[in-house]
Amino acid sequence: MPIPTRTFAEQANRQASRASASNKGGVLDRLKEVLVPRRLLVPRRAREGDAKIAVQRVGHRFGNEVVALDNVSIDVHPGEFVCLLGPSGCGKSTLLYALAGHISPSGGRITIDGQQVSGPSPERMLVFQEPALFPWLSVTQNLTFPLRARGLSRAEAAARAREFVRLVQLEGFEGALPHELSGGMRMRVSLARALAMDPQVLLMDEPFGALDAQTRDQMHRLLQRIWTRDQKTVVFVTHNVREALVLGDRVVVMASRPGRVIHDLEVRLPRPRDPDDEALVHLSRRIREEIGSAEGRGRTAPPAPPSDEERDVAESAPAAGSLPDRAPDPLGARL
Amino acid sequence: MVRDGRMGGAVLRSLSRLAEGYAASACAGLPLGIAIARSRPARVAIRPLVLGLQALPSICWLPLAVLWFGLSEWAILFVVVMGSLLAVTISTEDAVSAIDPLVLRAAGTLGIKGPRFFGGVLVPAALPGIVTGLKLGWSFAWRALMAGELLFGAGGLGQLLANGRDLLDVPQVMGVMIAIVAIGSAVDQLLFHFAEVRIRRRWGLAEAT
Ligand SMILES: Nc1ncnc2c1ncn2[C@@H]1O[C@H](COP(=O)(O)OP(=O)(O)OP(=O)(O)O)[C@@H](O)[C@H]1O
Ligand SMILES: [Mg+2]
Repeated sequence: MPIPTRTFAEQANRQASRASASNKGGVLDRLKEVLVPRRLLVPRRAREGDAKIAVQRVGHRFGNEVVALDNVSIDVHPGEFVCLLGPSGCGKSTLLYALAGHISPSGGRITIDGQQVSGPSPERMLVFQEPALFPWLSVTQNLTFPLRARGLSRAEAAARAREFVRLVQLEGFEGALPHELSGGMRMRVSLARALAMDPQVLLMDEPFGALDAQTRDQMHRLLQRIWTRDQKTVVFVTHNVREALVLGDRVVVMASRPGRVIHDLEVRLPRPRDPDDEALVHLSRRIREEIGSAEGRGRTAPPAPPSDEERDVAESAPAAGSLPDRAPDPLGARL
Repeated sequence: MVRDGRMGGAVLRSLSRLAEGYAASACAGLPLGIAIARSRPARVAIRPLVLGLQALPSICWLPLAVLWFGLSEWAILFVVVMGSLLAVTISTEDAVSAIDPLVLRAAGTLGIKGPRFFGGVLVPAALPGIVTGLKLGWSFAWRALMAGELLFGAGGLGQLLANGRDLLDVPQVMGVMIAIVAIGSAVDQLLFHFAEVRIRRRWGLAEAT
């Protein structure tokens, strides 16, 4: 696995070389720009068969008159991995909470397997934006407690907890209490707890936002492995375009104020996916541009600040134009 | 006084009364507090009553207790219970209302329900606050008991104190006062403080040392 800093630098280089090539009018690059994204990222077409999750014209208005969701319709088929992508505050968490049954939307209908969602259930496991562990229980107990509530015997629960603690690479911390772990480790416990419950539907709210790039890549691989093995239906919220492309079959792009769906795209990159794959990086840039222009069309506001990713790229390899022509005088010269 | 066993007997008498009364109010106060925090009807019906009665010093229950139960052990237990029940109830309610909603949501999505939810999530999540309430309740119970024994005269440390006054025996009065302070702070420090610190540390609320 590449070291993150090198990864960003390489990407930046690649992007820079591509930019210079297209400046010169490289035919091959032009062709790639036009053709590759067309084939790998297509508007989603309606699918046959019953949807696992059907969101029909859902709107939600909070008590303070904020319209968090406006006329959102999405259907998710069994075994699909859908990423909800959008800027902060566009209602991603609200939609996910509604799917999980933690809030009932003020308009529209949400059904799972044809049944209206009426409350939380372990069949629709929600992984929160924060770890949400039980602070008085150790890592292992945080896993075994809900497993026992699901009816597993003590021995089964313990074995399963051990297995998932190993999968998220927390061996050696079985007895630790949540407050003794780092933020990223807590998030991994939370992920292990959700996966161990073996839900049919996994609803995940930016679960990897707090992880370093290396651990995040590992978690991506783990999640993809479990998803392909166990045929889970996943709705995964993120504001990281590349994460959405690495994980998703489908990327649903949302915009804010009011929260709504502006694109529903199918990702046709082969799996397993490499976050540094050229086609993927390219697609992510295209989607970001798309989001930026959609936001601009929506209202006359200044363009959104660059996402973390863009900043990372920009910082590790500044474009030639952004450097001042002359270096400032060295301090020593003035003494 | 210590040598003739009056002191030891009085201490035992007081402590056993206290144990009964306090146990009763803890057993009633915990569910009552949880009910008020978790159910709207209970909140509307009971909460104003509990808050109002809290303004009443516990010894003011004594006349009513004597009218209801006569000059019996029950009267004094009643005063002790009324002294601490409300404090335990209110603290428990506060603690349960202050539980991080995220923990409750996590419990919901993990499918933890019924007795498992109350015993395994609600009470542990509120435990730091509950223990503080139990400690408060204990000190209220101790005060109510002393006041009751002093006025009621049915044995125990309070009556020993009253006897001392009647006999103009200053050493006895002071000795009993010291005993009351010693027992009060011993339980407070040894039992509750210890439990509180342990719990806060485990829950990640205090700096680990
Ligand atoms: N409990 C609430 N009461 C009132 N308004 C709320 C509440 N929760 C969210 N909102 C509002 O609803 C909108 C959508 O919030 P939401 O949490 O769904 O955003 P998000 O897309 O998940 O953002 P982020 O990526 O930052 O987590 C925001 O404008 C927010 O101010
Ligand atoms: Mg959110």
